[in-house]
Amino acid sequence: MQQDSVDAIKAHPRYQELVCSRKCFAWNLTVIMLVIYYGFILTIAFAPSLLGTPIAEGAVTTIGMPIGVAIIISAFVLTGIYVAKANSRFDALTKAIREDLQ
Amino acid sequence: MKRFYLWGVLLALLAPFALVAGPAVTGEVERQAINVTAIIMFLVFVAGTLGITYWAAKRTRSAKDFYTAGGGITGFQNGLAIAGDFMSAASFLGISGLVFASGYDGLIYSIGFLVGWPVIMFLIAEQIRNLGKFTFADVSSYRFGQTQIRTMAAISSLVVVAFYLIAQMVGAGKLIQLLFGLDYWMAVVAVGALMMVYVIFGGMTATTWVQIIKAVLLLAGATFMAGVALSTFGFSPEEMFRQAVETHPKALAIMSPGSLVTDPVNAISLGLALMFGTAGLPHILMRFFTVPDAKEARKSVFYATGFIGYFYILTFIIGFAAIVLLAQHPEFFKPEALAADGSVIKDQLVKGINGGTNMVAIRLAEAVGGNLFLGFISAVAFATILAVVAGLTLAGASAISHDLYASVIARGRSNETTEIRISKIATFGLGLLAIMLGIAFESQNVAFMVGLAFAIAASANFPVLITSIFWGKMTTNGALAGGVIGLISAVVLTILSKAVWGDVLGHVDADGKSVGLIALNNPAIISMPLAFFFIWIVSLLDHSEQAKRERHAFEAQRIRCETGIGAEGAVDH
Repeated sequence: MQQDSVDAIKAHPRYQELVCSRKCFAWNLTVIMLVIYYGFILTIAFAPSLLGTPIAEGAVTTIGMPIGVAIIISAFVLTGIYVAKANSRFDALTKAIREDLQ
Repeated sequence: MKRFYLWGVLLALLAPFALVAGPAVTGEVERQAINVTAIIMFLVFVAGTLGITYWAAKRTRSAKDFYTAGGGITGFQNGLAIAGDFMSAASFLGISGLVFASGYDGLIYSIGFLVGWPVIMFLIAEQIRNLGKFTFADVSSYRFGQTQIRTMAAISSLVVVAFYLIAQMVGAGKLIQLLFGLDYWMAVVAVGALMMVYVIFGGMTATTWVQIIKAVLLLAGATFMAGVALSTFGFSPEEMFRQAVETHPKALAIMSPGSLVTDPVNAISLGLALMFGTAGLPHILMRFFTVPDAKEARKSVFYATGFIGYFYILTFIIGFAAIVLLAQHPEFFKPEALAADGSVIKDQLVKGINGGTNMVAIRLAEAVGGNLFLGFISAVAFATILAVVAGLTLAGASAISHDLYASVIARGRSNETTEIRISKIATFGLGLLAIMLGIAFESQNVAFMVGLAFAIAASANFPVLITSIFWGKMTTNGALAGGVIGLISAVVLTILSKAVWGDVLGHVDADGKSVGLIALNNPAIISMPLAFFFIWIVSLLDHSEQAKRERHAFEAQRIRCETGIGAEGAVDH
């Protein structure tokens, strides 16, 4: 890539917006995933009995079951949220930058 | 009655980490009678995949065709292929067996494997698609000294591939011996030879489609199994759990976390290796180059996460249902596990099952679907191993031909024809090596190998990759220092851990239990931060002219990374 086109894109307001918003968004989602997962792991390490609480009086199913399944679903939902935003917002910004350069 | 006594011999392949491995891989496997249904089903699969390979071979001309299926795989297809890479025989048989043996702990394991995927999506999937061409070393060496970084990346890729391959080959041999009644060496040669045919003639196109077909078969089979199993409980999980607690010797303990995670340090270390190891596995990263652009790359992670998550929920149901349903089939148990009236003794449920707990899913297939379905699931398990080793070998061959040969030895002056030829020769060589190592390691304890592969991927490949994408001040020397330290520390710490020092090298404590020199089971909590630290400190201290140029080149790299402008494939159609 030529230095002048690097400078041109770098100065492009849409590019600034793209870099900034994608960075915040991606790292926020990453932190959410890390907090969910390590929250789970640390609960297991320090308070395993918590997950062994029955979901209702007399039930065999423990709250650990729905929580585990919820974590699996949350991973899928988080990737879905990212795709939705990237497909609309980030792709639109990228398209705008490309068009301006031509 | 078919009888074979197998104590954890499958764990090499089936339980990815020493942590879940029970007894060591030892001794002879008694052969099962030849299973005709399974062999016919498997031959149908082989015939189908060879047909695909023939079709793929006609379309494979350029290097891009060979390495990345021409970049023409859609996000959905790639999602299935990625899921296929992940839904190995290890996850299917190993995790359902773990759930059968200890209940809730199996779920903890699956979650660890799954949560790496969103992180891959947010931080590296689109980035590597925009920056790379054929291998992840394209990305980590993007603005750095090609010779050094490519050599390092190729070496760590090959080390990861080698350990992974040995574990798969040994596991394949034992599993096939068990399922089909073939000799160990025949099984290993069959897997190696078929895999070479797929990769050499069909390249990535054939490898991807074999993986997709297998993923669909495995998902369909597991769905059927879990569905039929759940229907016996009136589709009520509570009912299933209640009966499982009544049947299982550990009773209520199977409903909450048990012994898998004991202390926080090992828990976090394992979590790190599971989560970030995935993001450093060469055969997984290579999949992102098979899609045309960043948009399809992100879609493929979305689908893959969905399929993998769904699959883990199925294996969980399969494991729990098996506790109840297998106990009703005394013929699946060893004679000493049976009471005078022919029923299964409660305490013997886990220990007494024929073939060990890794056979649980296979046994359940027989219980819910008869001999035909047993044959189907056995054939799918074989297909699974085949598809995974094909992907691994292709990744290893690319490291040799694209990174070592084309960029380092020929210094970018090779032509495509030569590069593809080298790649095919490398595939042949790796295939032969895999067969030989598979036979050599038959009676060795290889349980630590997949764990080590993940640890190296998380400690050597991932830190260099992610910092090269996001940190502008990084230099060649920093990347080199971090990558080498990550690789060495992961290997050394693994050797000192219980899995190698005790289980393989035979060091024992006063009670005769195997011990490690260090208490850490997985090195990631030390080796990963070490790698990042050396990347950081060496880059900061690097004031050379070259370092200045590399820092300056970051802006251009970042623009291509963010927008895809100039990216391979994104612009040529």
